[in-house]
Amino acid sequence: MLENYFPVLMFMLVGLGFGLAPVILGRLLAPYRPDSEKNSPYECGFEAFEDARMKFDVRYYLIAILFILFDLEIAFLFPWATVFQEFIAAGEIAWFVFGSVMVFLAILVIGYIVEWKNGALDWE
Amino acid sequence: MNFVVPDFYPAAAEIFVAVMALVIMLASTFARSVARNLAYLLTQATLIAAAFITIFTMEGEVVHTFSNLFISDLLGDVLKLMIYFSTAIALLYGRGYLADRKIDKPEYYLLALLMTLGMMVMVTANHMLPMYIGLEMMSLALYTMVAFDRDSARSTEAAMKYFVLGALASGLLLYGMSMVYGATGTLEFSGVAQALYNQTANQTVLMFGVVFLVAGICFKLGVVPFHMWVPDVYQGAPTAVTLVIATAPKLAAFAMAVRLLIWALFDIAEEWQMMLMLVAAASIVLGNLAAIAQQNIKRMLAYSGISHMGFMLLGLLAGVVEGDRHFALNAYSSAMFYAISYVIMSLASFGMLILLSRAGFEAENIDDFKGLNKRSSWYALMMLFVMFSMAGVPFFIGFFAKLSVLQAVVAAGYFWLAVLAVVMSVIGAFYYLRVVKVMYFDEPVDSSPIHAAPEVRVMLSANGLAIAALGLAPQALMSLCAFALLRSL
Repeated sequence: MLENYFPVLMFMLVGLGFGLAPVILGRLLAPYRPDSEKNSPYECGFEAFEDARMKFDVRYYLIAILFILFDLEIAFLFPWATVFQEFIAAGEIAWFVFGSVMVFLAILVIGYIVEWKNGALDWE
Repeated sequence: MNFVVPDFYPAAAEIFVAVMALVIMLASTFARSVARNLAYLLTQATLIAAAFITIFTMEGEVVHTFSNLFISDLLGDVLKLMIYFSTAIALLYGRGYLADRKIDKPEYYLLALLMTLGMMVMVTANHMLPMYIGLEMMSLALYTMVAFDRDSARSTEAAMKYFVLGALASGLLLYGMSMVYGATGTLEFSGVAQALYNQTANQTVLMFGVVFLVAGICFKLGVVPFHMWVPDVYQGAPTAVTLVIATAPKLAAFAMAVRLLIWALFDIAEEWQMMLMLVAAASIVLGNLAAIAQQNIKRMLAYSGISHMGFMLLGLLAGVVEGDRHFALNAYSSAMFYAISYVIMSLASFGMLILLSRAGFEAENIDDFKGLNKRSSWYALMMLFVMFSMAGVPFFIGFFAKLSVLQAVVAAGYFWLAVLAVVMSVIGAFYYLRVVKVMYFDEPVDSSPIHAAPEVRVMLSANGLAIAALGLAPQALMSLCAFALLRSL
């Protein structure tokens, strides 16, 4: 059973080698004469203007989180949509299946209203 | 297609709390000016109403619904009632504290309610997936609550530690669940139990899974060697949040342990009992010894909580001896009694810390209790009750809790464990008594009178008196635990 995973192991080893080999070869074959100028950080040839560890705006982060939430909602709807036809054929149960998804959507809509009202969607 | 509309009636309380959470979310968004009070009052009303719904829908027998994902039994109902009460009391104590620090946002109460819902799902899960969903729902709300004072570096650090370690523990738990699924072919607790009974499971894979499950449970209970987060989180979180973490989630973790270990894995009890034995002994030793060194009382109570959870595990590990299951009911009900009485004591101890704190001052060192008797002899007496009870001084509830788990351990024949636990609790009595000594025999550093809302005074007094009263008559609570387990097993 374990030998079935041999290709996976090979894949990992090849992937690792592919990443490491150029770095190691470059270090071994290329000329290597560091000095303080070469090692110092620079921005397009200039001296660095500021520290790289600066605060950045988290607005992107909020939008990204909200995007993931509502994106997942769609992911849940796809399997439901594909089997819904069969439930309609089954009769009575279809309303229950339809209703449960509507409850799920209603919860998301409430979340949407709350985030809108609280200003999470305002860029400024 | 065989699919039937499930019976919603047994889950009425869960559905009610979920709907109310949405109502509070909308109400506090649209009525921003009164949102704080509105969210608080609605949350308390929801918890009380949920208690009534749970009482009215109580069937006294085991009911399954939602394709066996959900179980409604007396054990779950009793634990749910305790969860509502302890959450409600914790929110009552914490309200003034949060208002003094300007962090009493409506979202706090919303998170507390969602945490309660998560715990209810855990308590009534009959399948590993709802168990996991409930656990995550509870934990995510707790991580956020720990970070609620977001300008405080200590509380965000605590939240980060809690989050990272909690995610790791969830990973361990899920890995364990997948292994158990691999071995037994089902995630449903009764199905797992059936597969173990038929001995169709692959033993190696199963044991692998059980080790991970036990590790996940131990993390949530906060016992050695998965205790690292407990002192840091207890100390770093705002005291009102520490109060929440130290109470109801312990009951939910107890429920998780009972459902996973006893409902699903009872047939291999001897295997996980061995693991719990080591964990319990290590927790009792480390918790009591490390607590002695603490000057910060929140940290001290955290270590004391580690040792208390170790004691609680003593009850869980004494159920089966060499295939003999006679002791099981007694042992498990003693563990349940221990968990409930720890929650009552824990509420009062952190409640006292909140009582002594005020705007701009955090009561968190043992020195802050100096001369409490001169400032208010009544609350000094209440704290004395709590400390004596936690130390296990006779005729407080903590004494009977310790006594019943020790009886279970002795009945199971683990004398060395009982002796170790007794010796360690005598050592542990030192740091509880130190607080009492400081309150009665030292001069007060700060002699300002105690300010607190009247409802907090009444509730805290009732809480302290309950510790004494339940100690005088522990029989009722003990037989309730035994009865609930008997009707559920």
